[in-house]
Amino acid sequence: MKREKIRSTKSILLFALLIFIMLSTGCATNQSARKNGAAIIPATKPVAEYVRSDVDYPIDAYDPWEGFNRHMYIFNYYFDKYLFLPVVGAYEWIMPDYLEDRISGIFKNFSELRNFTNNLLQLKGKGTIITTGRVLVNSTIGLAGMYDPASKWGMPVQKEDFGQTLGHYGVGAGPFLVLPVFGPSTLRDTTGLVFDTAVHAAVMNWALDDVNNKTEIKLGINLLGAIDERHRMPFRYYQSGSPFEYDYIRKFYLEKRLMDIAK
Amino acid sequence: MKTRRKWRHHLLLGCILLLATVCVGQAASYDYPITDPIEATILSTPKAAQADLPEKIRVKKYETITIFPERQVPDIFWYNQKLRYSIAYHKEKAPLMVLIAGTGAGYDSAKMKMMQKAFFQAGFHVLALSSPTHPNFIVAASSTGMPGDIRSDAGDIYHVLEKLWQQSSKKELVSAFYLVGYSLGGSQAAFVAKLDEERKVFNFKKVLMINPALNIYDSAVKLDKMLVDNIPGGIDHFDDFYNKLIHNITKSYVQGDFVDLAGNFFYQAYSNIIPSPQEGRAVIGFSFRISLANMLFTADVMTNSGYLVPKNLKLSRTASLTDYCKVASRGNGFLEYAENLFYPYFKRREPNLSFQALIARSSLRSIESYLRNNEKIGLVTNVDDIILADGDIDYFKQVFGSRAKIYPRGGHCGNMAYKDNVHYMVNFFKSN
Repeated sequence: MKREKIRSTKSILLFALLIFIMLSTGCATNQSARKNGAAIIPATKPVAEYVRSDVDYPIDAYDPWEGFNRHMYIFNYYFDKYLFLPVVGAYEWIMPDYLEDRISGIFKNFSELRNFTNNLLQLKGKGTIITTGRVLVNSTIGLAGMYDPASKWGMPVQKEDFGQTLGHYGVGAGPFLVLPVFGPSTLRDTTGLVFDTAVHAAVMNWALDDVNNKTEIKLGINLLGAIDERHRMPFRYYQSGSPFEYDYIRKFYLEKRLMDIAK
Repeated sequence: MKTRRKWRHHLLLGCILLLATVCVGQAASYDYPITDPIEATILSTPKAAQADLPEKIRVKKYETITIFPERQVPDIFWYNQKLRYSIAYHKEKAPLMVLIAGTGAGYDSAKMKMMQKAFFQAGFHVLALSSPTHPNFIVAASSTGMPGDIRSDAGDIYHVLEKLWQQSSKKELVSAFYLVGYSLGGSQAAFVAKLDEERKVFNFKKVLMINPALNIYDSAVKLDKMLVDNIPGGIDHFDDFYNKLIHNITKSYVQGDFVDLAGNFFYQAYSNIIPSPQEGRAVIGFSFRISLANMLFTADVMTNSGYLVPKNLKLSRTASLTDYCKVASRGNGFLEYAENLFYPYFKRREPNLSFQALIARSSLRSIESYLRNNEKIGLVTNVDDIILADGDIDYFKQVFGSRAKIYPRGGHCGNMAYKDNVHYMVNFFKSN
């Protein structure tokens, strides 16, 4: 009964999300169809002539779903503007900076689970040992991750996720993909995200086994986690003002992931 | 007799020592740590040598204002409808400092944030404006949609300031106005100040130009050529250069003990990422080219010039711009922009305008007598500023006299955050 209720709430949320996407992007398509009457005159430097097939352009990327992605990029801007950032703003207004940092520390300590599994899956001995050390030190002396003495003692964070693990074993990035809310990703990294989230959820489920109101608590933790994550990320859609922001972000994301996988 | 000679000896030695300490002292008194101007320009000031500034100040970011309520902004620039800026107010009455950003930079660039903190800490309210060459400014606040004519750009800045002032609810908190800009923003600050002498809305008490271009056209050509001239095989081989750069970054990142590509990473890995000065110049040229491509595309669409985008074509919000990006960032860059887009646009409005005249009027030389005779305008630059030509420094010295502060090194704006520089910058406004 309860599970059914949750499922129906979820589907309502999903439906609302879809409507929102269609509203925010649909009007754009209508506008694009509008003609102003004046005849279209070819450009002085037309793309057809000046983009050469014998030249490699670093800005190119494998992006077969570009239309969808650019819509989603706009959706994320509106999601940020009307929901996510106001909530984050309220959180930042209520919380003293000092407490915000402690909360960030706790969530970063949670994410060591992801670093641990993926260091292990990539058979990175040093990374696995350091991550274990970090968890032990930061969970105890660091008061559940509120502080990070491990970094100062020569145990820097060993960030690994399942997208990196797949990449480590030779899985290509696949098409570029802009996810709702999460932002830039690829098919491989989205798969990774699903895996890491599932592991995280399973462990949290197990850890909260005998707690009452498990669903509410989990929801609360996840919400706070999402707010904390957005709070830590200075990126704002369209703030650069550049007409090529989407292209630059895409390139930067793909390049950075390659580096992370190589590391 | 003997003692006398001994005395003379001592005196001579003393004099030499004194002279030596004066010379050495002078040379050693400026300790900005990076000696190479290319490296300084790219890396700016390492954290340890920066001025002590607050980590965080009370600043209103992401503020917006509509400058032209009637303007129909093209769909593709829907996000640039309003001009973005930031403002930091004290709760008590204080002078207001206006900051103008450099070429292509936004109100929230690293240098702008640094200046905002420095002036706020020194007791000023601080208003930060994007460069008139920044796409957001071009779309929302440029009267022509075509940046580059410094007089028209200065007029646009002035117009923005007037609008902000009209709508300000904190008028009684402002005791006086001051103005400062860096790079292109420095050159523009002089023209804004001159305009203010006629319009008299703000009566700027003091104005400081930091690393300005003497002639913005010459500086832009110089910066742009840094890319073309330093890519082996020419611009069509940019891909090889880019891949090598990425390869070097990856190598340093993988081998080093870095958690992320932030903080000290680039400072420590610099010589591995950019092993030769030639590559350094190409990187500076590359960064300028990115700003230029943004500007070129934006100006083309705003003026419907039909240069990159077919004339009268309405691009939708989600149109792919990747191919336009390629065309905009290749070719002859700045010269092409100037000759094929910028000049024809102004020629259409002023039929008798020659290319030379358009360039000449954007030079600081065109307002020389104003700069020479105006005690309130100061200048800060570096002997090795890469945007200056031979003789520019002498010209500055001659025109500004003691109002020119010229540092022995720092490249282009590299030393702006250095403690001595910040101290000088703030003190310039504090003293009368």
